[in-house]
Amino acid sequence: MNDITSEEARIAPTPEREGDTARMNMIQAVNSAMDVMMARDDNVVVMGEDVGYFGGVFRATAGLQKKYGKTRVFDTPITECGIIGVAIGMGAYGLRPVPEIQFADYIYPALDQLVSEAARLRYRSAGEFIAPLTVRSPFGGGIFGGQTHSQSPESIFTHVSGLKTVIPATPYDAKGLLISCIEDNDPVIFFEPKRIYNGPFDGHWDRPAKNWSNHPGGEVPTGYYRIPLGKASVVREGDAVTILCYGTMVHVVADSVAESGVNAEIIDLRTLVPLDIDTIVESVKKTGRCMIVHEATRTQGFGSELSATVQERCFYHLEAPILRVTGFDTPYPHSLEWAYFPGPVRIGQALKEIMKDA
Amino acid sequence: MSNLPPLSFYVPEPAARPGQTNLFSSSSMPAAGDMRRPDPLEAEAGMRDLPFGLIRVLDDEGLAAGPWAPQLAPGRLRDGLRAMVLTRLFDDRLFRAHRQGKTSFYMKSSGEEAIGAAQSMVLAAGDMCFPTYRVMSWLHARNYPLVEMVNQIFSNEKDPLKGRQLPILFSARDYGFYSLSGNVGSRFGHAVGWAMASAYKGDDRIALAYIGEGTTAEGDFHEALTFASVYHAPCILCVTNNQWAISSYAGIAGGDETTFAAKAIAYGIPGLRVDGNDFLAVWAATAWAAERARANKGATLIELYTYRAGGHSTSDDPTKYRPADEAAHWPLGDPVERLKKHLITLREWDEDRHAALSVELDSAVRTAVKEGESVGTLGKSKPPVSEMFEGVFKEPDWRVVEQRRELGV
Repeated sequence: MNDITSEEARIAPTPEREGDTARMNMIQAVNSAMDVMMARDDNVVVMGEDVGYFGGVFRATAGLQKKYGKTRVFDTPITECGIIGVAIGMGAYGLRPVPEIQFADYIYPALDQLVSEAARLRYRSAGEFIAPLTVRSPFGGGIFGGQTHSQSPESIFTHVSGLKTVIPATPYDAKGLLISCIEDNDPVIFFEPKRIYNGPFDGHWDRPAKNWSNHPGGEVPTGYYRIPLGKASVVREGDAVTILCYGTMVHVVADSVAESGVNAEIIDLRTLVPLDIDTIVESVKKTGRCMIVHEATRTQGFGSELSATVQERCFYHLEAPILRVTGFDTPYPHSLEWAYFPGPVRIGQALKEIMKDA
Repeated sequence: MSNLPPLSFYVPEPAARPGQTNLFSSSSMPAAGDMRRPDPLEAEAGMRDLPFGLIRVLDDEGLAAGPWAPQLAPGRLRDGLRAMVLTRLFDDRLFRAHRQGKTSFYMKSSGEEAIGAAQSMVLAAGDMCFPTYRVMSWLHARNYPLVEMVNQIFSNEKDPLKGRQLPILFSARDYGFYSLSGNVGSRFGHAVGWAMASAYKGDDRIALAYIGEGTTAEGDFHEALTFASVYHAPCILCVTNNQWAISSYAGIAGGDETTFAAKAIAYGIPGLRVDGNDFLAVWAATAWAAERARANKGATLIELYTYRAGGHSTSDDPTKYRPADEAAHWPLGDPVERLKKHLITLREWDEDRHAALSVELDSAVRTAVKEGESVGTLGKSKPPVSEMFEGVFKEPDWRVVEQRRELGV
């Protein structure tokens, strides 16, 4: 038996992009990433509540147990702390677990495991033990999920040294990033914006839903490819203002910008940790303005870190105060969802505000 | 108003506080050899009396009695004794080193040396122990280099953990000793996951985890048992019940109304309650559980019934909450003395050899401490500051690189 317990043995071979492309929604892309990685590496196991026989409450693991067997894709008891704790032990042995937390709103019971154990295992053991797990979890609002099916807790994790945090905005990115996360030898929190599982959402909740079939990000290679962590994506080039966003907000921002006529540069961060600082700084130095948009509550949200970082590095290039459009500092409400959600109206107003002296 | 008496709020209290005497009259101590030993491959349903008994092998005369007697060769017994004596001498000297300002912190395992020593010897080299901070005897039984341990405790330039960890929070993968952390209980489930991974790979390795009786109150205990039960994980889950969680006695953790071993019943796994000061009983119970685990029969919960003879740590004064002489009344005695007596009874040991062993081991500890001191004690020698920035991730990201540059290292 080859020694899977040494870290060197866990480094993946240099990849080639494999296969043709197909139209996928984000769930299919996520499913495909796990499928590809399970086929490539016996040490990849998928675990979580309802992920096995049933295929996941969002169908993200559909068909995987049938294909790879119940010892590789298995249902767990309902205990998030237990799921992550056990996954860390599996990772320490040499496996590459991909645990699912059914909703990001339910990740808190696992915080001790993620913060005190997964994030620190490599550091505190001087590299003797590592925690190469990828924690997948649907997150974000816009689905009438109320208080416990809508939260965006990314800043809790970006604050923890030793954890990486990744949030895709398209099926193409979801698959490529998830493959990178699974191959990464550090623990990664992979938040999947559930509002855009089935189609890009521009914030116009009163218009018919779109699907991924006409979006360039819905064209996904069927085989192996990866998108490196720490690389943002410039989804729209512009010179008037830089807008930093991720997840569902990428699409809301894109639509709002189109409606406003402002020549904004839109950056989808894709990975919050590690952050693509070069792309951000280069863009803000070019535009002289920076707006940050996220669903999460404002105070000490990830926008605070982005704002401070841009301020430190681009101060002499800034022509307006950095502006944050975020969820409000309240729990996520049910019936007042569209007043809470940072939609096109609020983003449009913020664009006017930040461009007023231009 | 109801005609019932008003409700009253119950808060358990230990049998004795400072100034009083605890005769441990409430703990009934079954005689050595009294417990039956079922076949380890039997179904758990037929074993539900075991958690309420106490597996003991060594009797008061130093003889091994009953079906659990492991029939160990005298050489193995002497190895065990050696590990236990070494653990105690090491503890005593390093505890003093703390008082001399050579380290910031230390925790002794006085009275509990049989546990890690015996279990470490039962398990194979490829197995993994998920320790607490009070089973250093595991490492001593496996001849972990004393000077490495001292260097870690002094956090000096040669500290194997690069000065990142509090003293005694070791990590020693090659010795089957998982990385320790200050937060209690959180590795209990890692052992189960590790064991599940071994089973998944079709390997033959098993895991052993420790948790203190106080920490059984953490969710981690319940979660680990649930997973171990559901997936028949090949692991041994041990509760070291040393009666005290800092200043709280075992009753505050739920130990008054039942035993900690009995908690296994709710999970459908065998629960063994073992005299933790009896090297042979610990050995036998661990071998039983290991045989069961290796035969794919799943996990066992073992309560190791012992007494924390010393303070909780160098920061603790136990005379503030329990009788100063409580350890002397502990009915299960001292694990070192009991094994020593057994070997002498077998005519495989004597006082002279024991004295010579103590001198030899004390000298080995002294040499290791001197060597550690020559590198440096706390604050006199440190790993390079650049080490602070290594190992956060496999490759440092730009923030860490930049912050390191900020310090000019």
